[in-house]
Amino acid sequence: MFNSLLKDTNHRQVLFFCITIILFSFIITLLSDLFSINFISTSFIKTLGKTLCLCVVALSMDVVWGYCGILSLGHFAFFGLGGYMIGMWLMYKRTEIIVLTASISESLPLTPQEISDAIGNQIFGVVGGSEIPLIWAYADNFYFQLAMVILIPGLLAFVFGWLAFRSRVTGVYLSILTQAMTLALSLYLFQNDSGLRGNNGLSGLQNIPGYDDTSQFVISIYFFWASALFLILVFIFFFYLVNSKFGSIITAIRDDETRIRFLGYHVESYKLFVFVLTAVISALAGALYYPQAGIINPAEIAPIASIYLAVWVAIGGRGNLYGAIIGAASVSLISSWFTSGQAPSISLIFYKIEWVNWWTVILGLGFVIVTLISREGIFGFLKSIFIRKV
Amino acid sequence: MKYVFNSFLLIFFLLISFSVHSNTTIQEFINSNYKLISKSSSKTVDPVLNDIKIFNQDDVKKFLILWKSKELSIIKDSNLIVYTEKKEDTIIAYDIFNNNEIGKFTKKQLKSIKPNSGVRSKIDSALVEYQILDEDINVRRESLQSLKRDIQKTHLKILRTAYQNEIDNNFREEINKVLNFAILKFSKSEQEKLDVLSFFSNDTSLEVRASLNNLLNTSDILFTNNKKIMGNIARKIIPNKTYKNNDGTSNYILSSYSSNKPELTYNDAYDLLSNNKKVLPRITKKIIKESLVSNIKKLKNAGFDISSLNNDLNRLDAYNYLASINVVPPFISKEEIKKSVDKFTFYTEYDEISSQVTNKTKETLKNINFRVNIYRYIDLFVDGISLSSIYFLGAIGLAITFGVMRVINMAHGEFIMMGAYTGYVVQQYIPNHTISILIALPLAFIITFGAGVLLERLVIRHLYKNPLDTLLATFGISIALQQLAKNIFGTQARPLTAPSWLDGALSINDDLSISYIRIAIILMGILFLLLLLFIMNRTRLGLEIRAVTQNPIMASNMGINPDRINMLTFGFGSAIAGIAGVAIGLFSKVTSELGTEYIVQSFMTVVVGGVGNIFGTLAGAALIGFLQKIIEWFNPSNTLAAQTYMIIFIILFIQFRPRGIFALKGRVKDV
Repeated sequence: MFNSLLKDTNHRQVLFFCITIILFSFIITLLSDLFSINFISTSFIKTLGKTLCLCVVALSMDVVWGYCGILSLGHFAFFGLGGYMIGMWLMYKRTEIIVLTASISESLPLTPQEISDAIGNQIFGVVGGSEIPLIWAYADNFYFQLAMVILIPGLLAFVFGWLAFRSRVTGVYLSILTQAMTLALSLYLFQNDSGLRGNNGLSGLQNIPGYDDTSQFVISIYFFWASALFLILVFIFFFYLVNSKFGSIITAIRDDETRIRFLGYHVESYKLFVFVLTAVISALAGALYYPQAGIINPAEIAPIASIYLAVWVAIGGRGNLYGAIIGAASVSLISSWFTSGQAPSISLIFYKIEWVNWWTVILGLGFVIVTLISREGIFGFLKSIFIRKV
Repeated sequence: MKYVFNSFLLIFFLLISFSVHSNTTIQEFINSNYKLISKSSSKTVDPVLNDIKIFNQDDVKKFLILWKSKELSIIKDSNLIVYTEKKEDTIIAYDIFNNNEIGKFTKKQLKSIKPNSGVRSKIDSALVEYQILDEDINVRRESLQSLKRDIQKTHLKILRTAYQNEIDNNFREEINKVLNFAILKFSKSEQEKLDVLSFFSNDTSLEVRASLNNLLNTSDILFTNNKKIMGNIARKIIPNKTYKNNDGTSNYILSSYSSNKPELTYNDAYDLLSNNKKVLPRITKKIIKESLVSNIKKLKNAGFDISSLNNDLNRLDAYNYLASINVVPPFISKEEIKKSVDKFTFYTEYDEISSQVTNKTKETLKNINFRVNIYRYIDLFVDGISLSSIYFLGAIGLAITFGVMRVINMAHGEFIMMGAYTGYVVQQYIPNHTISILIALPLAFIITFGAGVLLERLVIRHLYKNPLDTLLATFGISIALQQLAKNIFGTQARPLTAPSWLDGALSINDDLSISYIRIAIILMGILFLLLLLFIMNRTRLGLEIRAVTQNPIMASNMGINPDRINMLTFGFGSAIAGIAGVAIGLFSKVTSELGTEYIVQSFMTVVVGGVGNIFGTLAGAALIGFLQKIIEWFNPSNTLAAQTYMIIFIILFIQFRPRGIFALKGRVKDV
């Protein structure tokens, strides 16, 4: 049975991917100081875990853009919304624990009202409020907030997608519209009375309630594994999705929407399904990402983040799941290496090139060159070399 | 006979000197009050200022002016108040009134008198009396100005005299106005106030409104258990049910969803009663908690489980137990609170006694506010036009490139930024703001035109078949240019100063003033509109651009080179962005992020308006600009929310007109 599984190229590809990711995770775990080798720091493991989450969003972006042809400039907003939803639980629970710990020294146990007042003061003091807004009503319930991670971005994507696809907004118009949606969302979250702490955002998310005694290092390993597992699952799901009949239809919609409509398919439903599905998966990735990042604020949702997402996919190679992962992982890792000031600066005679300042310039010009030279990105470039050799 | 005469003369002189002695001189008065003068505070200075008025006017004036301007000193040994002048090391002291030299002193022997600002304003208002009748009109004007700031009851009489004696007609009117304010504030006569109110009925100035609003000031909340209440009642307050209006009256809250919060809750009302010792103090949750904490041992002895006191009901039980053993006062239940509050009527009175006056004031204010609102609508309208002009300037270049070539130029915002930085750099070399702006405008045109042509030739030309790819490529250009600007000019905002003749505002009244820079931007928008209309409709280039917009293949069949047109159009669109950048830089700070602020709005303007149509862009800009201003009007404190709602509106708008307000007619292939 295993042999027959391997005969199919598709199955072989998936298996190859899974084994690669699992091996990678094992190597990282072994190298890290879990086994007291002290080779890889906690913050680098977090960076790797975050990168895996970004790969998941890139996969979503690839399916919705590379396969279905919808250039959405809003998928990072869904990602951020997912982070916000889980962040509410993390922040509420942690503050509750702090409040309850502090109350032990008091002679009377606190009433529920007093507890929620104290939590409200702690969380919303920075935006000049003390009342807990209505949207936080069930923030103490993990399962409820987890459901919100799926429901809120899903619902937003559904309503927006339904409106947009129904009136056949396509192409560039749709991109601008999704960008407007992202801008509206981030501006809304920037307000102090949005109930999500305005531009302070949610913070302290790296402290997982119930794991107070566990060190950040162990938590980061857990999250790294969870991210890897999630990436594998999403990859398998998307891989079989795009290689199924459904995948053929959405690819055909990308290539000629009108023809598919005339063939009798309900194009809008297909597009809406893909849009909502990828939005929900992005949101779940966000819910895994932000506990590792520790902080989320509206600036993360700004339209530019979503454009970067599109650029990762474009550089990696759209219309191909590997391409999306290669693009997201390489560009985000290299970017963080350059912008964190780790790259050595180059001294010319008359000018000192500091990478923090010049990296963005190079990155920008890189986009231009990749779009001009290779439409299929790095992956397409690699493939063309490989095929020529054969 | 001679003796008689001499003796008379002697007696006469004696009498004079005697009378002077009995009515002390001003100098003596000052010296006897030296403590109040040298260590004055606004609370203690009043008696001196009142008593001094019996002396010669000129002397008093002289003294008060010197005192106010901190030129008096006191000699420490003799407590004599003198006027001093510094000459090299020594200080010469003079008599205040006859300028006789009293002696030379060192710094340590003297102490200068420095009245604080509170005292100075009191002196000012005392001086008014002398200055408002001065011969010099400038002195009179000045004194009226200082009087206006703080009108006192005593001024009423002074103003009346001044009004009657004034010969300058214009100034007489000014005095009249201040006199009217004084009448509203201090006059005892009802009729006089009513007359003033009719006089003010058409005046929308801020000071009149403030003065009328002061007439409607109400007392703190009062209460009585009589059914009948006397006095000029402003409003009755029913706990939980009424809210306060601006004019001091009250209204019922009609639904619980209303944004009007009740002025007084039952608890507030009860607390008010208990503060006035009418009822026993309310037992709040906080008091319960404190009493439980301080009596925790008694509770433990009585068998209460302390860990169960984590809700209000159990805490109340425990408290009631404490009350039953007389450790704490008994709890007052909600029903009891309501019952005691309901026995009383709550109300406030107007500070003004006459109800006729207050009613007339309300009516007058209503009329005035109606007029003020009209001015505000006009102001809103002008605001909307100027914001629309800005959006139009920002978007029109984009509309041309987007309309003709179906190319999304994400770097459009950076062309705006380039134009603004061009203006800044030119100003570094040419200090004259007017000339530098006149040079910067064509220079920005040339630079951004060149940049646009370069971008088209190097990048966009290769991507015409894939509009979505141009989005990515131009985004790359955009972030590269932004970072370059940051590297060159730094992250801090650079000023692009407008010429001084653009400072200030065309001020029509207190509510309506239009800054010249807004007018300049509106004019610039109109100028651009006309220029573009001319180029597009009256020149060969415009004809060719229109042809390529409508059908590139057909156009090239007719001998138009679409490649050349595309290049020129792109350069032209970018150049307009550059000029818009100079204009935008004049009123906002020039930073490397200037472009990003306008890019999304510009895109929406183009999309809402309809692609490839100047009037479409104009309509889009007008719609977005006005919409944003109107939403801000309803929620002035929150511009972020205004933008959010506007974008949501636009998203909905696109549903109904996916191709914009002015959809392009003809066989245009979908993008």
